[in-house]
Parts: sequence; structure tokens; C-alpha cells
Amino acid sequence: MDAPLLEVSNLRVTLDTDRGPADALRGVSFTLNRGDTLGLIGESGCGKSITALALMGLLPENARPAGSIRFDGQELLGLDDTAMCRLRGARIGMVFQEPMSALNPLHTIGRQIGESLQLHRRLSAAESRAEALRLLERVRLPDAARRLDAHPHQLSGGQRQRVVIAIALACRPDLLIADEPTTALDVTLQREILDLIDELVREEGMAMLLISHDLGVMAERVQRMLVMYGGTVVESGPTAEVFARLSHPYTRALHGARPRLGLPRGTRLATIAGSVPELADVPPGCPFADRCRFVIDDCRRALPPPVPVGPAHDARCIRLPVVLGEPK
Amino acid sequence: MGRFLSKRITTFVATLAVASIVVFVVLELLPGNAAEVMLGPTATPEQVAALQRTLGLDRPPAQRYLDWIGGLLQGRTAVSVSYGSPVSELIAERLQVSLPLAVMAMVLTTVIALALGVYAAAHHHRAGDLGVMVLSQAGLAVPSFWLAILLILLFAVKLQWVSAGGFPGWYDGAWPAVKALLLPALALAAVQAAILARVTRSAVLEVSREDYVRTARAKGLSRRAVLWGHVLRNAMIPVLTIMGLQFANLITGAIIVENVFVLPGIGRLVFQAIANRDLVVVRDVVLLLAATVVLVNFVVDVLYALIDPRLSARDA
Amino acid sequence: MPEPAFWRRAARHPSFVAGGVLVALLGAAALLSLFWSPYPPAEIDVPNRFARPSGAHWLGTDSLGRDIASQLLVGAQNSIVVGVVAVGIGLVVGVALGCLAAARRGWVEELVMRASDFTFAFPALLSAIMLTAIHGPGLFTSIVAIGIFNIPVFARIARASANGVWSREYVLAARTAGFGAWRITLDHVLPNIASVLIVQATIQFAVAILAEAALSYLGLGTQPPQPSWGRMLNEAQQQMFQAPQLSIYPGVVIALSVLGLNLMGDGLRDLLDPRLARAR
Repeated sequence: MDAPLLEVSNLRVTLDTDRGPADALRGVSFTLNRGDTLGLIGESGCGKSITALALMGLLPENARPAGSIRFDGQELLGLDDTAMCRLRGARIGMVFQEPMSALNPLHTIGRQIGESLQLHRRLSAAESRAEALRLLERVRLPDAARRLDAHPHQLSGGQRQRVVIAIALACRPDLLIADEPTTALDVTLQREILDLIDELVREEGMAMLLISHDLGVMAERVQRMLVMYGGTVVESGPTAEVFARLSHPYTRALHGARPRLGLPRGTRLATIAGSVPELADVPPGCPFADRCRFVIDDCRRALPPPVPVGPAHDARCIRLPVVLGEPK
Repeated sequence: MGRFLSKRITTFVATLAVASIVVFVVLELLPGNAAEVMLGPTATPEQVAALQRTLGLDRPPAQRYLDWIGGLLQGRTAVSVSYGSPVSELIAERLQVSLPLAVMAMVLTTVIALALGVYAAAHHHRAGDLGVMVLSQAGLAVPSFWLAILLILLFAVKLQWVSAGGFPGWYDGAWPAVKALLLPALALAAVQAAILARVTRSAVLEVSREDYVRTARAKGLSRRAVLWGHVLRNAMIPVLTIMGLQFANLITGAIIVENVFVLPGIGRLVFQAIANRDLVVVRDVVLLLAATVVLVNFVVDVLYALIDPRLSARDA
Repeated sequence: MPEPAFWRRAARHPSFVAGGVLVALLGAAALLSLFWSPYPPAEIDVPNRFARPSGAHWLGTDSLGRDIASQLLVGAQNSIVVGVVAVGIGLVVGVALGCLAAARRGWVEELVMRASDFTFAFPALLSAIMLTAIHGPGLFTSIVAIGIFNIPVFARIARASANGVWSREYVLAARTAGFGAWRITLDHVLPNIASVLIVQATIQFAVAILAEAALSYLGLGTQPPQPSWGRMLNEAQQQMFQAPQLSIYPGVVIALSVLGLNLMGDGLRDLLDPRLARAR
């Protein structure tokens, strides 16, 4: 059995803010094997994007990471920028959330894809142009040949996101990180783009880390998922299992809060009471304590350790027996 | 692009026309009797009448205006009352000083400002950034003519590397002439660079925060590659606009600096013309300077459109 | 008047405090000089020319024996007057035009904006030159020239900010309720654009001081015997070899005044920025 492609151990990130140091990530650990898909779900502010940025080595200047990120056996934290540059784009590709601003408005599409190709694969200008065309056709951008010389403002949001995907895959990376790739797109496009990503990931045999706040996106597309809250992974396990058991109170509340078709008219949308705490204000102990309906005093004493719920499936909660006993 | 250009050109020509009308109205019509103003209170009525006839001031205003503009378009200018030669000759002579001065100042400004601005942005939140900001505050607060005087004090009086003013002309070799223009260009450039450095710094900082810079880094481009390939070109857009707007300041500064260093340029010409009450010279030179500002703004507009494909698309 | 919380924040802002101190000194100097100065600034005392700083003459004397310190003190009046009047003209007329443009839109806006764009072709100095050519030099000419140039500056800023206010929802509500443009401008637009205008006014004040100094240096501004910092520099330049120190003082005073205003303007911009205010 191969060593895992990505091994994150106890990743912590502290941000220096005006109000003092704030813990953005408080000890995140997970593994990803070649060709596997992993989902990261949580509300905004839970640390999922910071995790992605930490993997890419693109954290903001005021961020201090600690712990370990091993990619294909190589430790990434503390690696100098030149070495990271060789990995970025070539071995790890990333798709971002905002297609409208992800491309340089002054450069043509062809040039922006070509940049990656010329940098890592050392293609000549002519070769990279041909390859860029092939990539655009692969991501199913209509009228690809003409689009090579177009500028981003001439493309729609969905088309720009296809270009971003093409750029991310241009050098055939081993790992694709997709940070909310469809959040900024119309619902009708979301499915198409996610399907496209799935297809390409499978074809190339890449590992994928898919980040979203949408449970529906996770349900169909990733083998395993991590539920994040307050900078911690509160539940992790195979997707089907997580959905089946809804072990952690937050997972359960998240599931209950999603809008569904077919409910009787006049049903109120369920919400989770309270709001996500500011990073600098996260209390010790379980980060979800203030909003949890199963909370007891012990919850606030210390961060609950992961408790196994099933094979390769655990949740950080000391009240699991009570939670699991209740109907969903 | 074609439609964009034609629109811009019409605006350019219209602005020039309006500028010329304003200059004409202010300098020929407002004073009432221009000949009287030019000759001063000691003139006799006969002298005034004679001058009026020579300058054609007894004709109706509209005709005078058209004659003036018509003459300019054909390259003809009136004869200066105080110098006795056509204004065009005077201007051509003085341009030999003012043009090189302006070019040197622009080059110095651009080099200093871009270097300092990028340096400050790269050292944001650290000592380098603070240093540049303090320096630029000083540059903004110091009057250009005072800086010029201080430079003269240091380099001419104390160190005696250059003379305290004057211009030797281009005929004895280029170097003495350039040497005479160095301090003036520096005095001009320092103040302009202070403004431009701040603009460059904030433009670079803002662009660095854009999403597409993050995409470029995610592709594996080094910081330097991202700076040159993505940040600088995009940051140049606001910087270029400000540079264009600053041209008017450059002209103002040049007028002042030429007087500080006693350089025989356009600035000194207009100044002496005022002292001599030579409205003919003032009129033509002021129009020339205003026209130059309008021209530069026009060029900047066009350059802007060439650099940013979004603009020409919008007007097309 | 802003609330006490504002002044507390202001007192902790380094730019604002530093700038404020310098500006206060400038104002105090001008005020003081209305009643007293060590010597009458125009008093000539040739035997005592080029005196070094001493107990009798704190900064020494110039080529005609006039006391430098007194000239600097009284010269402050110039700067204040030009600053206040020129900026005042620009503010009143410019803001009126800008608000008019934002309220009426259409051809009125086009006209105002074209006219102000056009004025940028005539830098203040150039306008002053034209006016001086026909009118003769003087303080009045400088003020008018600088003031006219301030109008488009404020018109553009006022229009841009006013447009922002007009598109806000509560203004839309007011319009549907039947309030006229005049009322809306007074009740909503002006209070909301006030902070931007204040910041710009401090900056334009600094610009006005520099412009006046330049005009006086060239002899187009304040005429003798009224002292003026710019003209002092011109005179000092002619004595550069005999008394280089004379070139220092007027320049320092100009630079400090301008610096003070710029710092204050920067500080005000930070303090009045609503985003930063809310974050507290």
C-alpha cells in the first residue's frame, strides 16, 4: 500500500490581529491517499479556506502555522518559497471561489493558461498555445479557439470558472483543491461545473479536496468528509456514514437547517441559534458549546478528543451517547 | 477602438477651442483697452492709438480672434511688442531649455517614484515602508523653489560643483548644458516624485490584494514573477492617470524653477513678458502651455485605453 | 460638533495630533501677530543688517535690517487669509455645483463636469499669470486665482460623493415620499459628504499655502510692505552668498505649515472613515 499523498498532522494556524493572536485552526489532522476524494464542510469562519491556503503555502502575512503537512513524504511547513513554487500548479492545483476576479483582466485567456504550461512543463509559446486550446476544449468552453485571444471581461462567470479549472489542471497535478468552486455561480451551472470537476479528477486519477458550505454538494461527490467548526474538525468519516448517523451536534444541526423541497407550506426554516464566534473570541473547550442543545458544563472545560463512532469515523463530542440516542 | 478614438479627438479639439477662447477673452477683452494696459499709465493717447492700429485692436473681437487662430494654424504669430521678434521665434528659442528640462524631470520623477513606491509596498508594515512614507510627506510639504534654493546652497555655494544659475546653451557641447539642467530637474522631480511614490505604493498594495494575484501564485509563479508579470502592469493604470494629471503641476513647477535658476526657458519668458506688460507674448505662451496640458491628458487617455482592454470595449 | 468619543480617538491618532499641533501653532502665530510682534516687520534698520540670532533679534535680521522673526510671524497672516478665502471660495461654489450636478444629472451634470475638467488645463499659476498680466500683482489676484482653481476640485468630489448618497435607499424613500431635491440635498446629501469635504479642505488649504508662497516668490502675490514668506525667500536668494541662513527660515515655516495640514488631513481621513469608526 502506498504512503498517503497528503498527511496533515495537528495543523495549527494563529493569526496576529489587532486584538491579539487568534487561533484560526486548532489542530486539524487528516490523510488523503492518491485518487481519493475528501470534503471539508462548515460555515464561513470555520477555517476551511485557511486549511486550503495552508496547504498551498499561501497564508496571509500575519498567519503563523504550526504542526505538519506532508505531501508525498515531503514536509511543506517551513519549506522555502522557491521549493513551494515548484509544487504549486505542478503537483497541487487550486480552484478558487470567485471566478469573476480570479483572472487578470489585462491578459488573454491563452496567456494565462500558457503561463502555467511554460513555467512547469517548459513548453514553447506555440506548444503552450496548442495545449491551452486542448485544455479549453476539455473543460468544454464553447468556441475555445476564439476564446484563447479573448480577455476575461468577455466571458461569463461560468466560462471564467472553466478557465480557472483548466489552469488548475494544466500541469496534471496530483492533488486538486477546490475551494467553494461553485458558490458564486448560478444554481443551474453549479451541477455542470461540479460534474466537470468530478470527471476530470477521475480521468487523471487525482486526489481531490473539495471545500464547501453546502451539504448537498458533499453528499454525492466525496468519499470521506470532515465537518469543521471554530477551527477544529468536529466530525470525520465516510460520507455515507456521516450522513447516516449525524453524530456530532453541529453536523446534526447543519443537516436539519438545510432548506428542503416538499415540506408543508408555512414550515419555518430551521436555523442554528446564535452565531459563529469571532476567531479571537473562541472559548476554550468545545467551540460549538454556546450553540449546542446538548451542552453541559464539562463541554467547556477542554476540547473534546475524537471519539470513534464507527470504522474510520469519529466525532469530538463527550455527549455522543445522548446525541445518538435522539431521533434525527 | 475607432469610435473611442474619434470621440476622444473631438473632445480634445473642443477643449483646445474653448481654451483659446478663454485666453482671448481674458487677455484681450477683459482689460478693456489692451493697448493701454500694455503701455502703462504714462502713455499718451497718441501712443495708445498707434499701438492699437499696429496690433489691429480696433477691429471687432470676433475677427481678431479668428485672425489670431487662423494665423496660429498656419504657423504665423504676432510680433512681440517688447522683443520685436515674432512670438514663434521666441518660443522656439526657449524650448531648447524647457523641453529638455521637462523631459529630464519626468524621467527622474518616474524612476524615483516607481522605485520608492514598489519598495515601500514590498516592505509594507516594516521600516522600509515607513521610511518612504516619511520621505514623501517631507517631499509634499517642501515648496519646490525652496528645495531649489537649498540645492543651490549645497551644490553651488558650498560644494561649488555647479553654477548658481544660468544656462550656457547647447552649442559648446551637451554636457555643460545638461549639467546646468540637473539641479533644476532634481528640484522639479523631488516634489512630483513624492506624490507619485505614494500613488504607486497604494496602487501596488491594492493590486497585490486582488484575487488574480492569488491565482498567479497558486500557479507556482515566484513573488518576483508575479510582481513583474501581474502586479506592476495592472498597477500602472492608476499611476499613469496620476502622471497625466501631474503634467499641469510639472508646467507650474517648471515656470517657478526656471525663474529660480534663471534659465532662459518658456517659464522665464512668460514671466518677463508680464513684467514688460507684453500681452501678445503672454497670450500666445499661455495658450501653448494650456494646449500642452490638454494634449498630454489626451495622450494619457489613449494610452489608458491601449493598456486596459476593458475600456475600449465599453465605448465600442 | 462631533461627540466626545471622536475627540478621544482623535487624541490617540499620531498623524492628527502632530498635524494639529503644527496647525495650531500656525493659527496662534497669525493671531498673535495681529496684536504684537517683536518689531514692526517692515522697520528698516540698515546698520544692523545680517545680524546673527541674538537676544535682541531671535532669528537675526535680513539685508535691510528687518527682524526675521517678526516677518515670519506677520507673514503667517497671509497664509491663513489665502488658505481660508481661497478654499472657502472653492468649497462654497464647488460644492454647490457638485451637488447641483448630482441632483439634476443629465446635461447639467455633463456641463459642470466638462467645465471642471477643462479648468484643469489652467493650473493655478497659469491663471494667476493671466490675471496678473491684466490686473497687476497683489494678494487679491492670488486669492482669486487660487480660489477659482479650487472650484473644480470640490465640484468633482462633491458630485462623486453626492451621487453615492443619491443612490442609497433612504434617499429613494425620501423621494417617493415627495421630498424635493433641495430638501434631500440639505437633509441627506450635505451631512453625508461633509467628512470627505473636510478632509479635502485641509489638503487644499495646504495647496493654497504653497501656491501663495510660489506666487509671492515670483513677485505676483503679496506686495511690500506686507511681509510674505515666499517673497522673503526671493530676497534671501539674492543674498545667498553673503547670508545663506536667510534662505532657511521662511522655507522651514512654509514646510511645517504644509506638513501640519497634510498630516491633519491624513488623520482626519482615517478618523472620519465610517468603516474604521464602526470597527471600534
